[in-house]
Amino acid sequence: MSRKEKFAEIALTVVGLTSVAVLALIIFFIFKEGSPALAHVGLGRFVGGTRWSPGKGQFGILPMIVGSFFVTFGALLTGVPLGLGCALYLSEFAPRKTAAVLKPLVEILAGIPSVVFGFIGLTVIVPLIRDHLGGPGFSVLASAIVLGVMILPTMVSISYDALRAVPQVYREGMLAVGANQWQTVTSVVLPAARPGILAAGILSMGRAVGETMAVIMVAGNATIIPVSFLDPVRTLTSNIALEMGYATGLHRQALFATGIVLFVIIGALNILARAFIRSR
Amino acid sequence: MRDVAGEAGGAVKVEAKGFRLYYGEFQALKGLDAAFPDKSITAIIGPSGCGKSTFLRSINRMNDLIEGVRVAGEIVYGGKNIYDPSVDLTWLRSRIGMVFQRPVAFPLSIYDNVACAPRVQGITKKSELDQIVERSLKGVGLWDDVKDDLRKPAGGLSLGNQQKLCIARAISTNPDVILLDEPASALDPMATLRLEDLMWELRENYCLVIVTHNMQQASRASDYTMFMLDGEIVEMGHTRQVFTNPRDPRTERYVTGKLV
Repeated sequence: MSRKEKFAEIALTVVGLTSVAVLALIIFFIFKEGSPALAHVGLGRFVGGTRWSPGKGQFGILPMIVGSFFVTFGALLTGVPLGLGCALYLSEFAPRKTAAVLKPLVEILAGIPSVVFGFIGLTVIVPLIRDHLGGPGFSVLASAIVLGVMILPTMVSISYDALRAVPQVYREGMLAVGANQWQTVTSVVLPAARPGILAAGILSMGRAVGETMAVIMVAGNATIIPVSFLDPVRTLTSNIALEMGYATGLHRQALFATGIVLFVIIGALNILARAFIRSR
Repeated sequence: MRDVAGEAGGAVKVEAKGFRLYYGEFQALKGLDAAFPDKSITAIIGPSGCGKSTFLRSINRMNDLIEGVRVAGEIVYGGKNIYDPSVDLTWLRSRIGMVFQRPVAFPLSIYDNVACAPRVQGITKKSELDQIVERSLKGVGLWDDVKDDLRKPAGGLSLGNQQKLCIARAISTNPDVILLDEPASALDPMATLRLEDLMWELRENYCLVIVTHNMQQASRASDYTMFMLDGEIVEMGHTRQVFTNPRDPRTERYVTGKLV
């Protein structure tokens, strides 16, 4: 092996290990800062407690866990069908030229700062919900709609690539037995693209769980367990972002502990989703 | 020269009359006249780019999928020009099946790889589908090999058996005509011979048209041979005659390997 090659190999190894090291440091830091609160409050009372009121020393994050779950699930419910439908249209039905224009446009959505999505949600969607469906408007529903749009680029892009990767001969083979385009899509193209579409769903879910700014602006952020999709809601990420600016002592540690819980939930979701894909 | 009906096999099943096809400005098929009799195998041979696959794919209108394709003239099946606007594509393709160059085993179970075709025709009853799948797989001699593995993915079969599976799918809709587009080009010699045996069996009940690059295959496995060059039919006749006593000097040069 030449010296140059050896050098490149070492350099790349260092770079590769650096990113792993950064991740390890972040994890270490979160656990170091958060675990005292977990020890102090007790894991059961922290995760299972329904009251969050740091001033009174109450640190229960169950409302936020439930809130994150509802908001994420709601976002997937709105964003996944819409995104998959869009990808199907672009890949299977739209003329090539139309797809060449529309797909970059959808991807531009990913470049819009989340605060802009939040602002539109705040000025358009929240009032709409308040006026037509009742409640304060700041709600699970508003968050789900805003997040549903925000996950579109991920959902569309990755599903589209998965659909385009389905060999053309599958389509021809199905059309050759007399299937129309829709039958071809449902009986062969979608099953063939399923792993990629599931991956798109998982990445979208990650985006929805992690998104903070836009959700803070439209969710209402009340620390209650929502019982209706019109109720205000606070997510785990919102909890950290809203209070980190002024929290000290145990309160601050509790926010890091919230981060630990978030970290574990996202990790578990990823592992579950991957196992699910593999089992297919 | 081109009217070979009645000499062997049954009545004419498919007939092209002055059939022309254009890719945009380019004329790929220049007025073809040909008849394909029932219960016989017709091989279409010719160098790459001569239009033989294009012609084959015209017979069940697979070229409709390509943008910019125009056709003129007629291909008559069942007393009707198949390019007539009143022709139902689903019906046409159920009557004229197609088998491709590479086996198209869908990423589905063996069962669904066959059942998807009758389902398209609107058959949904489980018992009926079971029957069709069994009959079709028996028809290609695959039933005994796979009857216990019907739920397993078809991708696990050998390429030769995948191609048989595709033929089973093609015959599952009770077609009259089966078009085969270089069906053995992905197969090893043994699988190729088994496929040819199967073609002779299918010949009892169907009109088969096969496009092939392989001269030996054409001479072994067909009743009639059609030689195409530059979008035209140079010669069509009994396979033995075309190979041993060609009328056209270009045919002779091609079948003796002197013309590329």
